Amino acid sequence: MTSTRPLDRFRASGLLWPLVALLVLLAANAVVRPSFLALRIQDGHLYGSLVDILKNGAPTMLIALGMCLVIATRGIDLSVGAVVAISGAVTCSYIAGAGDPTGAGAAFAGMGIALALCAVLGLWNGFLVAVVGIQPIIATLVLMTAGRGIAMLITDGQIITVRNPAYRTVGAGFLLLPVSILIAVAVFALVALVTRRTALGLLIESVGINPEASRLAGLRARTIRWTVYVFAAICAGVAGLMISSNVSAADANNAGLWIEMDAILAVVIGGTSLAGGRYSLTGTMLGALIIQTLTTTVYSMGIAPEITLVFKAVVVIAVCLLQAPKARAVLLRRTRRRHTPPDPDAEAAGRPSTHTPTSAMVEKVAQP
Amino acid sequence: MSVDAKQAPAEPTPLVRMRGISVEFPGVKALQEVDFRLFPGEVHALMGENGAGKSTLIKALTGVYTPAAGVTTLDGREVSFSGPAEAQAAGISTVYQEVNLCPNLTVAENILLGREPRRFGAVDGRATRARAAELLADMGLHIDPGSVLAEHPIAVQQLVAIARAVAVDAKVLILDEPTSSLDQDEVAELFRIMRHLRDRGVAILFVSHFLEQVYEISDRMTVLRNGRLVGEHRTSELSRLDLVSLMIGRELGALAEVERLAGQAGEEASTVPVLEARGVGRKGSVAPFDLRINRGEVVGLAGLLGSGRTELARLLFGADRPDSGQVTVDGRALHLRGPRAAIAAGIAFCSEDRKGEGVVADLSIRDNLILAMQAANGWARPIPRRVKDQLVEKWIKALDIRPANPDALVGKLSGGNQQKVLLARWLVTEPKLLILDEPTRGIDIGAKTQIQKLVAELAQEGMAVVYISAELEEVVRLSHRVVVMKDRAKVAELDQNATVDDIMRLIAHVDERPEAVAA
Repeated sequence: MTSTRPLDRFRASGLLWPLVALLVLLAANAVVRPSFLALRIQDGHLYGSLVDILKNGAPTMLIALGMCLVIATRGIDLSVGAVVAISGAVTCSYIAGAGDPTGAGAAFAGMGIALALCAVLGLWNGFLVAVVGIQPIIATLVLMTAGRGIAMLITDGQIITVRNPAYRTVGAGFLLLPVSILIAVAVFALVALVTRRTALGLLIESVGINPEASRLAGLRARTIRWTVYVFAAICAGVAGLMISSNVSAADANNAGLWIEMDAILAVVIGGTSLAGGRYSLTGTMLGALIIQTLTTTVYSMGIAPEITLVFKAVVVIAVCLLQAPKARAVLLRRTRRRHTPPDPDAEAAGRPSTHTPTSAMVEKVAQP
Repeated sequence: MSVDAKQAPAEPTPLVRMRGISVEFPGVKALQEVDFRLFPGEVHALMGENGAGKSTLIKALTGVYTPAAGVTTLDGREVSFSGPAEAQAAGISTVYQEVNLCPNLTVAENILLGREPRRFGAVDGRATRARAAELLADMGLHIDPGSVLAEHPIAVQQLVAIARAVAVDAKVLILDEPTSSLDQDEVAELFRIMRHLRDRGVAILFVSHFLEQVYEISDRMTVLRNGRLVGEHRTSELSRLDLVSLMIGRELGALAEVERLAGQAGEEASTVPVLEARGVGRKGSVAPFDLRINRGEVVGLAGLLGSGRTELARLLFGADRPDSGQVTVDGRALHLRGPRAAIAAGIAFCSEDRKGEGVVADLSIRDNLILAMQAANGWARPIPRRVKDQLVEKWIKALDIRPANPDALVGKLSGGNQQKVLLARWLVTEPKLLILDEPTRGIDIGAKTQIQKLVAELAQEGMAVVYISAELEEVVRLSHRVVVMKDRAKVAELDQNATVDDIMRLIAHVDERPEAVAA
């Protein structure tokens, strides 16, 4: 199981293929547009397409981290996009209505209130799933649907714009790197530390793999399931702050639209099964990066907007197939077959070492 | 087998005849060369403990499974069904334990679903009701065919399911545990209808674990054990006691070591109670019972499947919440809100459903082993790696868990080794009371002996153990006291001198012909 060779261990961890996919995407971009990899420093900010990918991908990464833990417990949270909208709406409304709409105080108070509300929304989701026992997909569908309505109520159906430097830092600020990516990485490090250095990760996985056995082993299965929904909602809340801060506005209709799908995809691409259990935070981060790179690629390659979503879907399917050992074996066999035309004489002479699949095929043909 | 020899020439030809039926699943022989016959106009009971192969035989007959070997004939013609629908078309209808009907449709629609009378291509509602009313009246049932099924109690729904089954002019009616959710009056009604159908020539195959009911209704019975036929008898010619001994079997264990250890422990079993339960029960699960378990004592729970032995164990652990009674552990009252409360009081429980409620298959041996201890510690205080490794190494060695690789996934282990991991998970928490539900089911004889020996040793060291097993020999061998369960209630408590015969007599609840058993 545990091999001493680092490469084998890396392959076993399931991170190899997502990483390969990411590198291929980046390379493709670099080929099409050589300036893609260029980085330059201006006014103490790092600029370049790669930095843009990190900056724009930060909200998805954050949400995917929360989603990853939810999925690990056999759940799913469809409401994160709506929570994104609510979080931005609350903060912007508060700042716009504050006595000093440009002050840092208003920004922090607004963000604090928004995140507290998000935690409450997470409690609601967790309550429906863990206590009432509603299927996660239905339970979170409630807030997914209602959430945007709530955000509309908060903003009165308007797009609220704010001018607040402190607030703007969250989504658009730089500390050499974009502040948003620093936040996302910090949360990643924190979650990794908390789940892997304590026993929390083990307990979450155990609940995800076998809830009843976990309960009988004395785990607080209900509390664990409840908590991951709260965490996911807070992550979505922070992502909402980033998204609304980046444009200094709250758009209840479009902020975080379909981001739950991106987050779920990121988790799946990262190698975490929707059936629950074993999860990979690193894989999830890689998955989010792949999705963001894909979005950027679509724009930078000038692919027609009508087919961007289809393009995205095709790549996602390809990555998912690459991860499945069975699909990989089939693909490998196919390509080999195509490149080495069957040569009955050579096969008959008995050189099966390199062409095993081909020889098997030839044998089949030979005995109808 | 012996069936052919027994068949008197005067007997009518059987309607269904199965010969040498074998059914195999990967790694398991579910049925081995079983013969079975069913005559028209009889109620035939299929008897056997859990895993004996009753359901498998039914499924082999109705085409759910394809037998690996054997021949089935219906009315003298050889048949092989591809599924229940085909079997039904040939006249074999099955009614399962859970009612498989549409609760939102009317009684008439349910009875004739899929074969409604039609008029101009559309379903003729009036004709459907009329035909259903006819069928119901035929069975002596007075139910409004136009009423919605869900409005009726389960018992009536069950009867509607039977009406549906015979509506296709069934020659064979299979009833799989039809009485498990019925009360006495409802059972009487069901039996009335079964007799009615039988007198009309329908062959009824009846599966139930309620012995009294089987004796009341059946004419003949076939007994299976471990996938093999152990006998076919007329009900009137087989005593309850003989039936129980046929079902359970008598294996002569070469387990002298276990016996010796158990004997030693018996002498040392204390009278200091670890757990006392007074009037503990749960409606629909186990009738209120009293139980006292002392330090260093093994208390066996004996009874047939469905007797309440598992339910009792679950109540003691808080896996199901008792709704009456009082439990004290070491003299202190314990409120059994859930497993955590029980674990905190020093109670451990290994479920009979090892895969579903025991091990966490996708975690390693190491993680499974420390899971209960870690859960008790709380998530914030992880067990240090060094301590973990020591514990894991110690228990892998002590219980001879194979492979001895702590990183191996538990799901890939054999049943016996999974059971050992589960045992080890609890032993690291050093419980005062260990409840083992069927710890030796489905595992090989070597691991069986190891586990029994371990239980005896643990008791010797002062642990109290509740030991549940369908194999009475095992219970008797290990236990200082045996609690006998029947029909979801505790019926007796026997001391160390109890024998398998005593227990079987209690389960069968008769004192007839005791000398026949002793022989």
